[in-house]
Amino acid sequence: MQKSFDIKKFLSNNAIIILIMILAVLTGIFTENFFTINNFKNLVLNVSPRFIIACGVSGCLITKGTDLSAGRAVGLAACLSAMMLQSIDYSARMLPWMPDMPWPLALVIVMVIMGCFGAVNGVVVSILKVPPFIATLGMQTIIYGLCSLITNNQPMGGYKQSYLKIANGSIGPIPFLMIFAVIIGAYFWFLYNKTRHGKYMYAIGGNENAAQVAGVNVTASLIRIYILAGCMYALAGFLVGAKAGGASTATGMGYELEAIAACTIGGVSANGGVGKVGGILIGVLVFEILKICLQFLGVDPAYTYIAQGLVIVIAVALDLRKYLQKK
Amino acid sequence: MIKGDSKLSEYRLEMHDVVKTFPGVKALDHAQLNLRPGTVHALMGENGAGKSTLMKCMFGIYHMDEGEVIYEGERVQIKGPMDALNRGIAMVHQELQPIPERSIGENIYVGRYPTKKLGPVTVIDHDKMYEDAARVLEEVHLNFDARARLGSLSVSQMQLVEIAKAVSADCKVLILDEPTSSLTAAEVEALFTIINELRERGVSIVYISHKMDEILRISDEVTIMRDGQYIGTWSAKELTTDFIITKMVGRELSELYPKRENTPGEVVFEVEDFTSINPRSFRHVSFQLKKGEILGVAGLVGAQRTELMEGLFGLRAHTEGKITYRGAELRISQPRDAINNSIAMLTEDRRATGILGVLSVADNVSIASLDQYLIGGVMLDDGKIEQLVQDNVGKLSIKTPSSKTQIQSLSGGNQQKVLISRWLANNPDVFIMDEPTRGIDVGAKYEIYCIIAEMAKQGKSIIMISSEMSELIGMSDRIMVMCDGRVTGFVDGSEANQENIMALATQFE
Repeated sequence: MQKSFDIKKFLSNNAIIILIMILAVLTGIFTENFFTINNFKNLVLNVSPRFIIACGVSGCLITKGTDLSAGRAVGLAACLSAMMLQSIDYSARMLPWMPDMPWPLALVIVMVIMGCFGAVNGVVVSILKVPPFIATLGMQTIIYGLCSLITNNQPMGGYKQSYLKIANGSIGPIPFLMIFAVIIGAYFWFLYNKTRHGKYMYAIGGNENAAQVAGVNVTASLIRIYILAGCMYALAGFLVGAKAGGASTATGMGYELEAIAACTIGGVSANGGVGKVGGILIGVLVFEILKICLQFLGVDPAYTYIAQGLVIVIAVALDLRKYLQKK
Repeated sequence: MIKGDSKLSEYRLEMHDVVKTFPGVKALDHAQLNLRPGTVHALMGENGAGKSTLMKCMFGIYHMDEGEVIYEGERVQIKGPMDALNRGIAMVHQELQPIPERSIGENIYVGRYPTKKLGPVTVIDHDKMYEDAARVLEEVHLNFDARARLGSLSVSQMQLVEIAKAVSADCKVLILDEPTSSLTAAEVEALFTIINELRERGVSIVYISHKMDEILRISDEVTIMRDGQYIGTWSAKELTTDFIITKMVGRELSELYPKRENTPGEVVFEVEDFTSINPRSFRHVSFQLKKGEILGVAGLVGAQRTELMEGLFGLRAHTEGKITYRGAELRISQPRDAINNSIAMLTEDRRATGILGVLSVADNVSIASLDQYLIGGVMLDDGKIEQLVQDNVGKLSIKTPSSKTQIQSLSGGNQQKVLISRWLANNPDVFIMDEPTRGIDVGAKYEIYCIIAEMAKQGKSIIMISSEMSELIGMSDRIMVMCDGRVTGFVDGSEANQENIMALATQFE
């Protein structure tokens, strides 16, 4: 009796993950080349930057906020990286005066700039008390505008080799991209589980007023969370640009929804206070597997969008259902 | 028993053998209730005894697992609140659900607006609605404009509007779930006048309250519940407070309060001329607090006791005033400042500003003192935190399956103990406790009193706000009384009684 009840609960709590896994198995059976090293490597390369974005946005979600500017921020970060890391002998450089710059310096500069955008989001949300949905929706549009402005709406390419190598290179069989993702995952796991910042974040998400009474500096914590999110978009944009070998204002479009969906599928609650790094990873993997399956099955991209949208809504509905039941 | 028997019963409404189970809890275990027409029937029991659950079954919010409802001689199934209202059963909830931005009239008629035909379209008949609303308000002696925004009223006035709403449904059964919890003495009198009129009209009224004096004054019959079970029904005339408590608790309570062994020492904490930025809130408050003293704070609803304490703790702003702690002046602009100066505060509303519901017991205990458990200034020492939790679980006898259990799944008393542990972890010298036993059953209350007495014995100074007169008198060394934002006087614990406290609490300017 007790046991069958648990299985039911497990199924309903992980419905989407299970369904997509079944879809993956079916895809593997009915198509060729699905379960191949190459496809797996492709999955890892796609998952890595998306996982970093999802980690960034997870802090906002756990504190009952959101960050709709994530995707455009990734785009701006990719464009800024492009401007600094175009090959010195490339004829159509966006900024001809830009000196040859080592990629780590470029990465730091991009992270600082995107961290500032994050700080603005954090201040608007925590001090001006603008609902995060509205604040970051506004920021999304502002960032897109700025990105169009600085790039003149021109796509960029012609990257120097050291930058391209970040996406293509690997240590043995392990791609550099995956190493970045693993480091970020470990960092977030430590941050969320072993530091005051993590505990305060969960406390704010669980009950902001109670956290304040307990002496948590809610304003500072929220600003820190949004700054960190901005830095993660910077890193992800930097990696996405290297992987694509180019960047434009369209880079990163819609990534925020993928990241939010992945978090939700992975158990980050829209009600706040709940969410684990391991869950986020599973969420990103599952969502990416869904996309690859649909691609392998030859589904029209238009339908793929519809499927992704449905998955997002269903994931949130299932998540909220868990909490409704408890009342 | 013959179903559909048309013989007129002496009862208007009967509930038999009602069983309702929630995951892990049997909330109602063969509960019953029999209501006579034209009577006030008090329903009593500790928190968690199942009173509200039983009423929600009657009103159709919950569907019972077993049992039956017989209404006016017929077995009925109440499908939902609308069905209940249509049958003449109305309910005023403990927790109000007002729509403050809409008018009083709209709040009264929400969901059942009077309509009229405008050609082919059915529209709301606003004129009729406000006419009816005005009539209903007059019926319950409320002198409000039905077109005024509900939010312009005070909380207690909103509660009266809620009662007007129930009356407007022309009910035969009216459920009042803790209707006086936010009313002033004068408003309680007004409510009792309304109740008496309704009783004369033949309405059956179910009255849920914890206030003994009210129960004994207004009710005709009393049903007592315990742990979801029916204990018995008595005529109110033959009951005494002691008898009711004994039946509610299920055991003799020889002592309601523990013996206190604290001895107040020198003054450690002093407040002078403390005034809120809000002119209608606390002003020119001065008091002293001694080491090892329990200072009770009495006052009616609206006396600004909570606001004053939140001001001292940095949750509300103040314009002038001086706080001195062990001779040094404190500057407190946010809770962290107070915490760093050895002040702790247990807030009034445990759910809203106390517990971190979805977080574990361990997180809830440690959240205010994390600075103490760092390794290398960054990493939290999980071992030390677990030790802290286990110490407190033992010391305060917190009943929890494990330190990882979500706090929201614990009972109110255990949640309160977790919150007390949270503050004890900082070893505070001044502990402000705002209604420390609200929403806690009688057994756990006693444990909380013991904890308070023990803290005072150890030399901590305690400020205890309470709306329970007996608790204040039973636990305080001294009682500070507030009225309308001002301190109107102090009463020594040994001389305190209901009369001298109420005299000060009603000293309006």
